Amino acid sequence: MKRLSLLLVLLIAALSLFSFSSCGKSGEKSGGVLVFGRSGDAAGLDPGRETDGESLYIADNVFENLVEFVPGTTEIAPCLAEKWDISANGLEFIFYLRKGVKFHDGTDFNADAVVFSLARQFKKDHPAYKYGPWKYWSAMGMDDIIKDVVKIDDYKVKIVLKKKEAPFLANLAMQFAGIVSPAAVEKYKENFANNPVGTGPFKFVQWIKDDSIILERNDNYWREKAYLDRLILKVIPEPTARYLALKKGEVDIIDFPSPEDIENIKADKNLKVVEQPGLNVGYLAMNQSKKPFDNKLVRQAISHAINKADIIKAVYGNLGTPAKNPIPPTMWSYNDSIKDYEYNPKLAKELLKKAGYENGFKTTLWAMPVSRPYNPNAKKVAEIMQAQLKEVGITADIVSYEWGTYLDKLDNLQHDMCLIGWTGDNGDPDNFLYVLLSIQSTNKPAQNYAFWKNEKFDSLIRQAKETFDRNKRTELYKEAQVIFHEEAPWVPIAHSIVVEPMKKNVMDFKLSPLGKREFRQVWIQK
Amino acid sequence: MYKFILKRVGMLFPTLFGVITLVFFMLALSPGEPARVILGERANKEAVEKLNAELGLDKPMHVQYVIYLKKVVQLDFGRSIKTGQRVIDEIKSRFPATIELAIFSMILASVAGIFIGVISATKRYSLLDYVSMFGALFGVSMPVFWLGLVLIIIFSVNLNLLPTGGRMDIRYYFVPITNFYILDGLIHFFKSGDLGVFLSAVTHMILPAVTLGTIPLAIIARITRSSMLEVLKQDYIKTARAIGTPEHKVIFKYALRNALLPVITVIGLQFGMLLAGAILTETIFAWPGIGKWLYHAIESRDFPAIQGGIIVISTCFVLINLFVDLLYSVINPKIRTE
Repeated sequence: MKRLSLLLVLLIAALSLFSFSSCGKSGEKSGGVLVFGRSGDAAGLDPGRETDGESLYIADNVFENLVEFVPGTTEIAPCLAEKWDISANGLEFIFYLRKGVKFHDGTDFNADAVVFSLARQFKKDHPAYKYGPWKYWSAMGMDDIIKDVVKIDDYKVKIVLKKKEAPFLANLAMQFAGIVSPAAVEKYKENFANNPVGTGPFKFVQWIKDDSIILERNDNYWREKAYLDRLILKVIPEPTARYLALKKGEVDIIDFPSPEDIENIKADKNLKVVEQPGLNVGYLAMNQSKKPFDNKLVRQAISHAINKADIIKAVYGNLGTPAKNPIPPTMWSYNDSIKDYEYNPKLAKELLKKAGYENGFKTTLWAMPVSRPYNPNAKKVAEIMQAQLKEVGITADIVSYEWGTYLDKLDNLQHDMCLIGWTGDNGDPDNFLYVLLSIQSTNKPAQNYAFWKNEKFDSLIRQAKETFDRNKRTELYKEAQVIFHEEAPWVPIAHSIVVEPMKKNVMDFKLSPLGKREFRQVWIQK
Repeated sequence: MYKFILKRVGMLFPTLFGVITLVFFMLALSPGEPARVILGERANKEAVEKLNAELGLDKPMHVQYVIYLKKVVQLDFGRSIKTGQRVIDEIKSRFPATIELAIFSMILASVAGIFIGVISATKRYSLLDYVSMFGALFGVSMPVFWLGLVLIIIFSVNLNLLPTGGRMDIRYYFVPITNFYILDGLIHFFKSGDLGVFLSAVTHMILPAVTLGTIPLAIIARITRSSMLEVLKQDYIKTARAIGTPEHKVIFKYALRNALLPVITVIGLQFGMLLAGAILTETIFAWPGIGKWLYHAIESRDFPAIQGGIIVISTCFVLINLFVDLLYSVINPKIRTE
């Protein structure tokens, strides 16, 4: 890990050298107002409190963390912490904080701010604890990971862990662990969520609910300043109206275009698109606590019976790409050497015969009632699958419930086969493989909806969880994916594709696999 | 007269109590645990329990109801689950946008609707009548979604005359005062002499108001027409004409006033509906109003927000009805004595 952080420091040094050499040009790049048309408003602007993407877009630009994701990747790099040491037993992290950094309200960033920002989310006697609920903190299981956060001196903080947990650093790079100005929280109290104060490249100016949020360049930023004078996030809920506003030039860049408009956007000579698979997976889980899904041959037969290409064409359109692994291709350790089960109904029938189900069987296929990027229309996917399964002799009745009930029943493993999916949080494979496929996750309420208990797979991902060396972890996860493929607890269906249309003159916008929208490096060509 | 008003106002309280109670139990008994919906795929048992306790949803229902009643009486709807902000503030920041839009749509719909209705009725079976009634049928049946987008494509994108959506050109960095932007624009003009904010507010209003006003316009035109036809058949109109009263006076002074009763009822009802139901128009035109907000609150099981939103809207609806009833008695003195 030390070697890795040294490498990163070198990399950053090299990058900053590069940016110094291009300093002459930065004058041309700076200036201008960028309007970002997005589909919904933020719920609030306190990075610790919010869980929805629209709120976290503000955190991406106003707040910073001890460590950060290198823009456009899931790699971790130093940010407000210059470096860190890990104790031999892996349970104590000492972070060395950057000096001379100021919050937007002029107060100093220091160890007190770090302790305040984290402790308020889990210490019940902390004066700011009551401004929660700190949902992401609980959702990431931070209470089970962090024991304490302690100030050593003004620029040194120690974080003590309850267990060895390699993905912990990635968690610290997530928006919820953003460092807030303690002075501002004391001043605004529960209204801090309307008046965010961080150390980021942009500072908050104004929020008109459901309409717009205005941010302004932070001229006292500790590293190279943002180019844009102002960044305006404007809510335009209807996708076609959003595209029309872009076409007319009222906005410069938009989120989530409607699939029907994408061809027109690509054909428009004033516009361009940036696209990339999202950090998610939509899948069909086969519940092994029920017959006949405990039989590997049946699961493999189903994997051969389903034609993903048809499903993607009919349901995802331009916004999906077929999945073969449980993790998306933008994630490190993705095993691209795995060959997906080919669509082959004949082979599927043979496998069923071998398994003793020559005449097929009757089962249920559960479909989610809501639309998610990883599965925009689960009922339609279910109908297509139903027809494909019919061809190999499997009769599947489609079942659906209201969303809360659906999740509840899945947690209690009442389904036979279910459509569901997952969107990653911290860019760590553990966040997919352990959360969704570990033996631990088969305990009710289960998140391992396949009720898949594979000792070998489980030992690999547990080992990876406790290893800090990225290369070793990569090997372990790659091997785990091979077992997953062979055992076929799921049929992975698709990863969504994120498409971001913008004007031709919007430069250096990078899509983040984590769904972040960062504008520090973005500039407008005049 | 006072007795009538008192009686009518007295009826408000049981109505509102009914609404308040109904809203509570409809939500409390609806399927889907809020904590589960809020946390989605990420929910684990502890997180759900923790959130339930924070929301007070772990208490028995009758206890929750009493707490809720006490708070509602003090106009405290609690804090939104989603945003943590006070519901009343959330409503305050959005309701003016909806009211402003509804007022302009209704002015448009009423003026144009009554005018078209009167013309159709007086020129019955003429080409004008057929064209306007066909137009009205078209207006009623037109999907708001489609109409809004077509108007944007024609007037914003192709002709470049009007903005595609929003309430104000965002590059004005305008800080709202009353949250009624047209009013704010005027205040700004008197303060600084700059008319830009006002003009921007007006140009942003045109397309949404037309889109939202189409259906009420068509309904008002049809009601006015049939009501006018009814009145025009009556003897006193014949008498008025027979004694040589000028035709415009017959129509506008004698006939229209009597024909307006059902029209006013419809205008009142439509106005109430626009306050709550402008979701589609608000969505297409990125109009930050209360309809869309309430819709999202329902979607995310934000109980305090749903309760507060529905109670405020119902109260407005009830008050508008009261106002309409009182207006009847001004227009038609017979009602006062009944």
